[in-house]
Amino acid sequence: MRLDLVPRTRRSSLLNLLSPALAFVAAVLIGGIAVAALGVSPVQAFVTYFVMPLSEIWSLQEIALKAAPLALIATGLAFCYRANLWNIGAEGQFVVGGLAGGWVGIATHGAEGMAIWILPVMLIAGTMAGAAYALIPAVLKVRLGVSEILTSLMLVYVAQLLLDYMVRGPLRDPAGFNFPQSVGFDPAARLPYLMEGETLHMGVLIALLAVVLATIVLSRTLFGFEVRLVGASPRAARFAGFSDARLTLAAFAISGGAAGLAGIAEVAGRIGQLQPEISPGYGFTAIIVTFLGRLSPPGILLAAIVIALTTIGGEGAQIDLRLPLDLTRAFQGLLLGLVLGADVIARYHVRIVPGGPSSRAVP
Amino acid sequence: MTLDILQMVLVTVLAAATPLILAGIGELLVERSGVLNLGVEGMMIFGAAVGFAVAMQTGSTLLGALGGAGAGLLLSALFGILTVGLAANQVASGLSLTILGLGLSGLVGASYVGMKRDPAPHLSIPGLTDLPGIGKLLFGQDAFVYLAVGLVAAVWWFLWRTRTGLILRAIGDDHVATHALGLQVRKVRFLSVLFGGACAGLGGAYLSLAYTPFWAPGMTAGRGWIALALVVFASWKPVRVAAGALLFGGATVLQLHAQAAGLGLPGQLLSAVPYLATILALVLLSLGQRHGGSLAPAALGRVFTPSR
Repeated sequence: MRLDLVPRTRRSSLLNLLSPALAFVAAVLIGGIAVAALGVSPVQAFVTYFVMPLSEIWSLQEIALKAAPLALIATGLAFCYRANLWNIGAEGQFVVGGLAGGWVGIATHGAEGMAIWILPVMLIAGTMAGAAYALIPAVLKVRLGVSEILTSLMLVYVAQLLLDYMVRGPLRDPAGFNFPQSVGFDPAARLPYLMEGETLHMGVLIALLAVVLATIVLSRTLFGFEVRLVGASPRAARFAGFSDARLTLAAFAISGGAAGLAGIAEVAGRIGQLQPEISPGYGFTAIIVTFLGRLSPPGILLAAIVIALTTIGGEGAQIDLRLPLDLTRAFQGLLLGLVLGADVIARYHVRIVPGGPSSRAVP
Repeated sequence: MTLDILQMVLVTVLAAATPLILAGIGELLVERSGVLNLGVEGMMIFGAAVGFAVAMQTGSTLLGALGGAGAGLLLSALFGILTVGLAANQVASGLSLTILGLGLSGLVGASYVGMKRDPAPHLSIPGLTDLPGIGKLLFGQDAFVYLAVGLVAAVWWFLWRTRTGLILRAIGDDHVATHALGLQVRKVRFLSVLFGGACAGLGGAYLSLAYTPFWAPGMTAGRGWIALALVVFASWKPVRVAAGALLFGGATVLQLHAQAAGLGLPGQLLSAVPYLATILALVLLSLGQRHGGSLAPAALGRVFTPSR
């Protein structure tokens, strides 16, 4: 038996939409089998994972609050991945952004008279720090040809250790009984809530704005065209006179900036101080979101909501059904794999041919 | 006396290097065939969890090691189906494998957290193992260490002294030409991927069965990624993978000793040393190679669909 893949000459938009949906259904089915193997009713688990979080106001807000950083980071990553640049260190850029922005919040703690400026400066500091941190692997790639995959990933560990050091050392709250945490930010250094008495904060709007902005940039500007062209046909892009180096630096700065902004939005939004850990793996989960959303900002927004839903549902399942949180992570990894596999039907005519070896010397 | 201290240090360096050698030598063969599997970290940690679980259930370290290798093999089969069979993007598929492996390892390992078992037995030959200075280093290791050394030699011999090894390297350099010659590109690649998976799983099992020896979530701590960097650092040459792994093992041990000695440096800085050293090694390597061009297999990471 042999599997033949014949490239489609034009991609059908129906299949483009259908293939991730199929992958999702397949992942849910496999997840159901896994849940049954753990001794829990798959139907009950499905309801807990995918329906219950949608039934209450607070959990809907939680979904939005989880989806916002994912969408923001993933939107930035789309610029990189579209151009075949592999920034997988968004987690580190998120942490550095949170750290730099949070530092501003700590330094201005108790200061008077410039309250309006504190929050914007924090957001800018976080964005710049994230972008600068992402430029390290970008510069190493452009100048020395060092693989950006490995350097960006290694810098995640370095960023996490740096945050840990700062929070236990220089930025620790002197009056905090030696707990590894900074002072709580002033109200002026916190992202405002959207509604009185609720948890939803302005970070959600920032993420939505970024998605809209990225959609316009990617589809309506020369830079967006350049990104898409380099991804689709690097040779054509070179003939068109687009510079690889400039694009690499720009794409990394955008994705790092977005991750840094997400980091400071999380710190100034939900957390309100610096802690040794400020991310439950947003930077890595965002990679799944980017591919699940097919590298397009609107798709990413949808994917971020779906992944946030499974995360909140996973927390519910842990409490109600005693299903481990790692099940959610395994599910998300499986989902990404299936999405990538399902993409094959959108890109190729798949033919299963009986008999014969997989290769022939016939042109 | 000083000779014995030196030997003790070398023994710990070799122990720290062994998981890197195992995972690195497997990934080297995979990349030589033209496939980039970034899922080493996921296969390693799944191997660590399954290896420990099997060993606890059966009481056998050997079965645990086989279980770990099998776990890595299973995950790599998924990767092979995706990338070799369905021509999916290798970078993204590798990342999905890492996330999946981390999740699955948590599921498998959950009920084993906090448990301990005896480390894998060390070789003991009366007379030889007691030799001063070199006895423990040469004749007192556990089976994983000897296997790792043997695998390096075997992969070197396979790649440079056998016809199949030559075919594998040719496929890694040009899948279109080798396909036109009638060579089975996808079959060779799929088998390479499986070999790499088994090696990574074994490297993980070494951590939970011999190195620590217990299971803890996230215990690979980026070793899979360092193994990937080692392959680049070694310019895709087996013996250099072993040498590089020893260097990194040395850096790890040095950092542990520095932490214990309390040099006044922040512990986090010392913990960051292996990661910073990886980046530095990659930078130095490319500085050294500026004129020689890339030594990577030419078709590395490129999608292949057979023409008809």
